[in-house]
Amino acid sequence: MSKEKTWKDVSIAGVPSKSSIGFLTGDWKTYMPIHDSEKCIRCLVCAMLCPEGAIHFRPEHNRVEFNLNFCKGCGICANECPAKAIVMKMPEEEE
Amino acid sequence: MTPLQIKQITLAMNGDEAIAYAVKQCDVDVVAAYPITPQTIIVEKFSEYVANGEAQTQYVCTESEHSAITACLAAGAAGARTFTASASAGLALMHEMLFVTSGARVPVVMAVANRALSAPLNIHGDHSDSMAERDSGWIQIYAENAQEAYDTIIQAFKIAEDIDISLPILIGVDGFTISHTLERVDTLPDDAVKEFVGERCFPMVLTHEGKTVPFRLDPANPLTMGPNALQNYYYEFKRQQTEGLNVAYKKIQEVNSEYAKLSGRCYGNGLIDTYQLDDAQIAIVVIGSTAGTLKAIVDKLRGQGIRAGILRIRTFRPFPVEDIKNALRNVKAVAVMDKCMSPGGFGAPVFTELRNALYDVSPRPIIVNYIFGLGGRDSSPPELCRIYDDLARIAKLGHAEKTVTYFGLRE
Repeated sequence: MSKEKTWKDVSIAGVPSKSSIGFLTGDWKTYMPIHDSEKCIRCLVCAMLCPEGAIHFRPEHNRVEFNLNFCKGCGICANECPAKAIVMKMPEEEE
Repeated sequence: MTPLQIKQITLAMNGDEAIAYAVKQCDVDVVAAYPITPQTIIVEKFSEYVANGEAQTQYVCTESEHSAITACLAAGAAGARTFTASASAGLALMHEMLFVTSGARVPVVMAVANRALSAPLNIHGDHSDSMAERDSGWIQIYAENAQEAYDTIIQAFKIAEDIDISLPILIGVDGFTISHTLERVDTLPDDAVKEFVGERCFPMVLTHEGKTVPFRLDPANPLTMGPNALQNYYYEFKRQQTEGLNVAYKKIQEVNSEYAKLSGRCYGNGLIDTYQLDDAQIAIVVIGSTAGTLKAIVDKLRGQGIRAGILRIRTFRPFPVEDIKNALRNVKAVAVMDKCMSPGGFGAPVFTELRNALYDVSPRPIIVNYIFGLGGRDSSPPELCRIYDDLARIAKLGHAEKTVTYFGLRE
């Protein structure tokens, strides 16, 4: 990670020189989604409703992937999944 | 061009009209405002200019002052030269967005016709409104009369829009005493003002696309304004913002001199304006129109051999610490007059700050505070003269019996 800038080096009014891709918001979450690929019917309602665009379907592997670097743990996916294939858990519960 | 080459036109205007006239000459892109006494004439007059086609300005009649300042902030962020005006409760309603404007480094120019705050309801002049916005990060300059109000608005755009400053600026005029009083005002020709103020310039900034572009919203060169900055960066941004005010400390003086070359008028060094202070033993420090009345009193006292002087603080933010220290170095007793209160505090804002600034000066003058003129209460010359009498007594005694006085109050 680069050294943090001093007040003399920061940009005017905080204009970011990096895009938000580098700002990982995934660590804000309390609960994380646990996806059951057996139960999943690949309807992709979860991917459409995810406010962070953190859910992706990989057709080559027939898999639904969750990008936990950006998932904020809101639980909309779990709530809306018609197959009840997603549950929200505390990370330690999962371990 | 020199003052001799420029033909100035003398007009009869009150302070508000003088401000509107100056804004018309400054080639402003967007004016968004909401009327409030005693600022109303500024926006009324300016909307007339727009309706008559005399100003090529987008005039936005907003539903509140919060919206007025927000519209100016947004237009300014998109690169427009912007102006607004307010007073009292209107300025208080802007409070939240004043901090956003300075933090976003958008150089909005705002005139404030200083007025008391409710309750009780009072429309008359005192400094409670803009002093309550002291720490909002705006540059604050106060005029003494309509002429200075006109001149200072023209200077304001040049100061605020300097790329190393890029901060909003508040120009205060005493409600009614300046805003509504008809005076003679010498005005510069339109082209001279336009040339003096120039085009708006922008600092350059590196965007997330890796481009270095002017600091303004532009669909061709997208950038993010107003992002969040948390524990690890907020402090750095606020410190950098303060540096804009440090640059303004010098720039205000430069613009004052440059304007003097153009117009033949200058106001002290731009930061402080002194009168008969060089050999003064007693002095009054004041902001705004009261300095005019005090000059007549000082003339009278000087005729009696009393070495009295005046220090008018023209620029309150940035606070001219070094200039004030130098100016008051040899004075024995100083009275700071504050046209507002700091309820529960030890004296009012100008007093506390000035006394603080002089703490390290040796020998230190005796400094007392006179709170006066609240809600527009008049202070007549004979009354004001009593302050110099008090100071003469304090200087002789070598100490003050009372530090904070409610002047002109029925006890």
